[in-house]
Amino acid sequence: MSNLVLQAIFNGLSVASILLLVAIGLAITFGLMNVINMAHGQFIMVGGYVAYVCGAMAALVLGPAGAGNGYLIALPTSFVVAAGLGWLLERGLIRFLYKRQLDTLLATWGVGLILEQAAKNIFGAPNVNVDVPEWLTGSLPLTEDLSLSYARLFIMAMAGVALCGVGWYLFRTKTGRLVRAVMQNRAMADCLGVRTDRIDATTFALGTGLAGLAGAALCLLGPVGPFIGTDYIVQAFMVVVLGGVGQLAGTVGAAAAIGGLDSVFNLAFSVSIGQVIVFALVVAFLQWRPAGFLRVRTRSG
Amino acid sequence: MALLYYPVQYEGLEASKNIFYIAAPPNQQIIPGVTYLLQKGLKNMYLLGSDYVFPRTANKIIKAQLQAEGGTTVAEDYTPLGNTDYSAVVSKIKAAKPDVVYNTLNGDSNVAFFKQMKAAGLSADNMPVMSVSVAEVEVAGIGIDNFKNQLTAWNYFQTIKSDANTKFVASYQTRYGAKEVTDDPIEHAYSAVYLWAKSAEKAKSIDVDKVRAASNGVSFESPQGLITLDGETQHIFQKAMIGKAGVDGQFEVVWDSGADPLKPDPYLKTYSWGASVAAG
Repeated sequence: MSNLVLQAIFNGLSVASILLLVAIGLAITFGLMNVINMAHGQFIMVGGYVAYVCGAMAALVLGPAGAGNGYLIALPTSFVVAAGLGWLLERGLIRFLYKRQLDTLLATWGVGLILEQAAKNIFGAPNVNVDVPEWLTGSLPLTEDLSLSYARLFIMAMAGVALCGVGWYLFRTKTGRLVRAVMQNRAMADCLGVRTDRIDATTFALGTGLAGLAGAALCLLGPVGPFIGTDYIVQAFMVVVLGGVGQLAGTVGAAAAIGGLDSVFNLAFSVSIGQVIVFALVVAFLQWRPAGFLRVRTRSG
Repeated sequence: MALLYYPVQYEGLEASKNIFYIAAPPNQQIIPGVTYLLQKGLKNMYLLGSDYVFPRTANKIIKAQLQAEGGTTVAEDYTPLGNTDYSAVVSKIKAAKPDVVYNTLNGDSNVAFFKQMKAAGLSADNMPVMSVSVAEVEVAGIGIDNFKNQLTAWNYFQTIKSDANTKFVASYQTRYGAKEVTDDPIEHAYSAVYLWAKSAEKAKSIDVDKVRAASNGVSFESPQGLITLDGETQHIFQKAMIGKAGVDGQFEVVWDSGADPLKPDPYLKTYSWGASVAAG
């Protein structure tokens, strides 16, 4: 039985790391920039397809045995491609809608549908298989009943790397400081000579790039197909809203909390009931503290 | 008023005069799947499905059958449609140690489930899974390595050896690409068009009522074999088959229901335990 407890703890950490990867990009586009990016899930999808294409190209160059190596190239490539698409989306559409938040909801929903349809036309409606390196399959056996899957350990590491990367970028680099300045007080930053439009585009691209990275990481455990955007979008918003909009540390806390609760309730009940309980708890918590775990303290409140 | 020819397997317990149910009701898929597992000595089953009408009804039928025929339902577990995390389910399966998982998951969830089973060290060798919604088209997305040697129940597999099927697969691949695969829903949709056409020829009309009235006994040498429309239930006589996934993503037929196609029985009237399920 203690094995089941240990497995539950591992599952909880794993689910938390998946939620963090899914949500961290949204924590930037929605959390910092206040853009309700309904296409976030489709950027995750883009990352998954980039991983698929990299695998197929590696198979062409290295032969079928080397197809898995494409995955290592896929991780940075998925970030770059999704960030590039995000940059285009920000320059082409979002920047005209900064003062109309509800319109961005509809516009990005539409963009999501377009991306989804494009994926269907290019890759077909069924899911595709991504070739991954041999060492990422299988699991690390600790006891007879307890084993830690390498894919889940790898995703935990990826979430850690993404989190540290974003933290370092926002809090330790000059551009990161400018990003925070623009998000906190756009007019003042503008007065001081910050190119706020460039910062907007860069920040949005960072958020979508992280979604792409999540897509490449999640193809180890989940499907890669045109419809996966809708599979992940609700979880992503739930984590960001529970954590407190605009708070990276809150996002981490929310991912951990939901991951832990998920693990416990999904083991104790059927997953479908477990999810309902977790949702109910999140809603109840937000009734009590509408701003989430952490809220931004400003002079006005 | 129109007729719908519905080409996908379903949970049965349904009759609409406007629908022809071309694919399998439970007695041509789900129930033979359970019977096959029981014959193989796999009596303790973990029932896993997406949370909607098909898996809920299918599991109600399976539970009644297991109770009547000496099997055990180890657990009945549901995940939301589109669910992609199966860590808890895999842990529960490991702890419950069933002989087999009977899988009625739908769509993307199958990909997540089988990838995560494999990642946790569960494969056909130590945890066989019988699926009823995973066909040739889906296997590629799941990853052949994750699905190797697992079982599925259908009425058609691409590997069926017959002149009709060889021609069907060749025509399909000529039209849609040499790498494309056929599967049960594709075959049923294809055959449904012929069944309608033959009914209309027999009726000498495309009028809905006349086509329906003429449908009884209309048969077609389809890629899966000879199929015949049953006017009473508006289903078809067809064989049930069990396939085992090979390394090429195709299925080897390891069992079929015999030379005579099974009579459709959507309301489970031929089973001693069927009345209780059909009643609700």
